[in-house]
Amino acid sequence: MKVLVAVKRVIDYNVKIRVKPDNSDVDLTNVKMAMNPFCEIAVEEAVRLKEKGVASEIVAVTVGPKAAQEQLRTALALGADRAIHVQTDERVESLGAAKALAKVVEDEQPELTILGKQAIDTDNNQTGQMLAALTSRPQGTFASEVAVEDGKLKVTREIDGGLQTVELALPAIVTTDLRLNEPRYAKLPDIMKAKKKPLDTKTPEELGVEVGSKLKLVKVEPPAERQGGVKVGSVDELVDKLKNEAKVIS
Amino acid sequence: MSILVLAEHHDGQLAGATAHVVAAAQAIGGDIDVLVAGENVGAIAEAAARLDGVSKVRVADAAVYAHQLAEPMGELLAGLAGDYSHVLAAASTTGKNVLPRLAALKDVAQISEIIAVESADTFKRPIYAGNAIATVQSEDALKVITVRATAFDAVDETGGATVEAVEASVDNALSSFVGEELAESDRPELGAAKVVISGGRGMGSGENFKLLEGIADKLGAAIGASRAAVDAGFVPNDMQVGQTGKIVAPELYIAVGISGAIQHLAGMKDSKVIVAINKDEEAPIFQVADYGLVADLFEALPELEQKL
Repeated sequence: MKVLVAVKRVIDYNVKIRVKPDNSDVDLTNVKMAMNPFCEIAVEEAVRLKEKGVASEIVAVTVGPKAAQEQLRTALALGADRAIHVQTDERVESLGAAKALAKVVEDEQPELTILGKQAIDTDNNQTGQMLAALTSRPQGTFASEVAVEDGKLKVTREIDGGLQTVELALPAIVTTDLRLNEPRYAKLPDIMKAKKKPLDTKTPEELGVEVGSKLKLVKVEPPAERQGGVKVGSVDELVDKLKNEAKVIS
Repeated sequence: MSILVLAEHHDGQLAGATAHVVAAAQAIGGDIDVLVAGENVGAIAEAAARLDGVSKVRVADAAVYAHQLAEPMGELLAGLAGDYSHVLAAASTTGKNVLPRLAALKDVAQISEIIAVESADTFKRPIYAGNAIATVQSEDALKVITVRATAFDAVDETGGATVEAVEASVDNALSSFVGEELAESDRPELGAAKVVISGGRGMGSGENFKLLEGIADKLGAAIGASRAAVDAGFVPNDMQVGQTGKIVAPELYIAVGISGAIQHLAGMKDSKVIVAINKDEEAPIFQVADYGLVADLFEALPELEQKL
């Protein structure tokens, strides 16, 4: 089967972010960028499905600025066969991204589409579900296990309180949770080979979609700072402070 | 304006989060209806009707909604949404699964995990693992929103709303429920507990989490864990507190053997009082802790249990 994997370029998860002084957004100039960690898990799962002989072709796709091609090249180095870049400089929110991806799904007709459960920049957790709705496909969100059995997809999902297993008709959409797998690193020869793999660039106009958003970002502020605390010398002192100063235990 | 709140329920009981979401709906203002969807949900609907501020409880009782799968739930909500200006649900795994599907079916944006209501169309929400707070304004006619339950105080249960059935059974050929594996616990629910005690990689093993139990019993606390403790296989992942696990904001949060990575802080830094017990005095957790104890947890925990 053909597998489509969506990846996003985001700020590296180790970077401590700064809010711009004018409160218009987070400052991303000269900041290290990387593939969103949940997207790495999505790529890994697609590659493992190919290694098992379940997937025949892996297509990586991203929606974003020109620089996002770096993340597509990473996906190609990890094992994707070719890539599609929907290039735009607009601020794309989940619905816009889902609409662009829905067009790609319509063109490519993958039986399985894998996305991360959320991007660590906007923390939305929406695009996969929206893509499923727009393409009228079932969704297996927060997946910790994926298996193809008798033409159906069995997905174990991480839910509040434990795990839930659902069976989905193919074609389907899956979003990855952390425990689905441990992503591999790209090897140097594969990084070199990835430069020769095909990468198609399209614009939202060519796809006939509006990716702009009706959601306005009014301002971005740093969170309220916590007051610096104190270090206590003993368990006795800790219990005393919690009882008499903070009054959170009795 | 009228608001539809999707009730959260598990095992035949209305989840505590629903009362918090109704509070967020009150902050927006307008008539508030609650939708209870599931199979045999009569008792849940009655519990929802007691929530203050609710004018009507709408009940969709059918086998197709039994496990609140996203496909039929999205369709049900899309059918009802025409009557409302806002649809709200808790930012639980159910709310997060269903609401974006509804939003896309109605061609509107979805606003995730709000922590404050500025006005009927403007909301605050954390981004970048809680390291920035965004204020967003929606120009869509229908606002589809998930609510971080811990950011709003629960409404009381002295109301008496009317309960009516919704005639809206849909077909679902796309997905089916296979099974469930739930972790058993007699302790308070992590998301709703007033006190939470969490262990990290420093606990060393799953066996050592027993050291937290005596303290949790004395304080009526829920037990949580960091991602490191979950990844090491010490405890199941539904105990995980953090950006990718549960977000908690109890009155007292005790972090034991947890270094305090950004990912973990995102899940607990809105707690009223934070206590850190760690033998590494350079651990980042001490920068957010109100009270820090630099000590070996294997000595400090038994002593703490004894002195409480």
